[in-house]
Amino acid sequence: MDTTESTVAPVKKTRSPFLQRLANFFAEMAKINSFIFRFFKEAFMPPYEFKEVMRQCYETGVRSFTLITLTGFIVGFIFTKQSRPSLASFGATSWLPSLVSIAILRALAPLVTALIASGKVGSSIGAELGSMRVTEQIDAMEVSGTKPFKYLVCTRVLATTIVIPILATYTAFIALLGGYLNVSGNEGTSYRAYMEAVFDPITFLDFESSLIKSIVFGFTIGIVGCYQGYYSNKGTEGVGKAANGAVVTAMFLVFIEEMIIVQLTGWFR
Amino acid sequence: MEKAKAKIDYNNPVITIRDLYKSFGDMKVLQGIDLDLYQGENLVVLGRSGTGKSVLIKIISGMLRADSGDVTVLGHDMNTIREKDLQELRIRIGFSFQASALYDSMTVRQNLEFPLVRNRKGMTRKEIDTATESVLDAVGLLSAINQMPVELSGGQRKRVGIARTLILNPEIMLYDEPTAGLDPITCIEINDLINEVQQRFNTSSIIITHDLTCAKSTGDRIAMLLDGKFDHVGTFNEVFDTDDKRVKPFFEYNFVE
Repeated sequence: MDTTESTVAPVKKTRSPFLQRLANFFAEMAKINSFIFRFFKEAFMPPYEFKEVMRQCYETGVRSFTLITLTGFIVGFIFTKQSRPSLASFGATSWLPSLVSIAILRALAPLVTALIASGKVGSSIGAELGSMRVTEQIDAMEVSGTKPFKYLVCTRVLATTIVIPILATYTAFIALLGGYLNVSGNEGTSYRAYMEAVFDPITFLDFESSLIKSIVFGFTIGIVGCYQGYYSNKGTEGVGKAANGAVVTAMFLVFIEEMIIVQLTGWFR
Repeated sequence: MEKAKAKIDYNNPVITIRDLYKSFGDMKVLQGIDLDLYQGENLVVLGRSGTGKSVLIKIISGMLRADSGDVTVLGHDMNTIREKDLQELRIRIGFSFQASALYDSMTVRQNLEFPLVRNRKGMTRKEIDTATESVLDAVGLLSAINQMPVELSGGQRKRVGIARTLILNPEIMLYDEPTAGLDPITCIEINDLINEVQQRFNTSSIIITHDLTCAKSTGDRIAMLLDGKFDHVGTFNEVFDTDDKRVKPFFEYNFVE
């Protein structure tokens, strides 16, 4: 039964505040797990909301596009500029394109994209669903025999999972372009020579790990934003909390996931 | 408009509630509710704010679960109903929210189409348009079909909210504070609309309100929710022909002729 009540029973008050907080923490974890499980259960079962997924993909992409273009370019340009003195002291500025490409493809592009999307997309999802909860729009969907979870949550999580990897690839390209402007301005390197140097050290594993990271980040941003918004309460204050919680939690989780995936891919190198 | 005599089938209860209890933490809200809603009847539930009126209709619609007691809606036991059956049952129940709950990112047309296309598979574009336009016409808002909810007045939003539930031809209508926050003229229009829905769509309704004008003009029967249970149940005059100090202030405060 998809009710407005939590599917997890509230934890009864214990005597110790510490135990109470611990119990609440585990209750929240159980609620999050059941939310994720429900996503996998409902997202791939008919009827499908293709149109809404496409609309959300467009919204997600458009919301972040300008900021990602700007940020990606600046990151590539600044990273190249700041790395130059260290390499120049060894007379190794010709390695700059390789260094930039490894840093951008392996780490910076997925990470920067995820952080920007957490702020732009995650907060927007949290606030939108939170506001729909507060104004009883989600309840209205539920009582009219439609499935709000499928329409609101599954579509948004699928959209972020699909679009963030695309945006991360775009960020990498723009950041490499930023790096090129700096390299060509200082060393006069041609675009072709720069690109050859950029792709020379890149392996399939780099692309693969970057893609996996982006998919994981996209899923995290979507699910966190939706969870915060879907279970928002306490009126307008709750909407603000949902938006804020979506950003802070998603960013925190993105860093944790980055660390874990880097460790895991390190074993395959 | 004077309320027309409704065709009520007193042998056919569409909702039966027995000994219903519901609490939120330590706060006891419903404490032994017994209720029958008959086919074709408009039942008004009156009570002070926070007495659990909205909780009652949320339990009926399956949005909340009762702590104990029996709730039977259109033959389905709400305590044991399966998810799939609940989905199907909800199509037969219309729920009009206090704040209308229109989907604010959609136009009026899209608001009405949303439940329709998801619950009535295989409809052609023409059939969808006809259904949407006919139900909007019934609530007198066909001209607002392409407007966004934010462009509508409070009364218009209520009408669209009611139209959105009517598009699925529900057998039961649940109205949560249908006249709250509206001016007296719009209140009268909404009351007339509730009566028109009863006559035209042959619905049985529960109307939650603390507006006595609404109660008098729409209710075939009134039930006063006092201290978590129904105390005075009957026609408007029967309910208010009392010296009960919990009931009298309602009548005295509201200016009912």
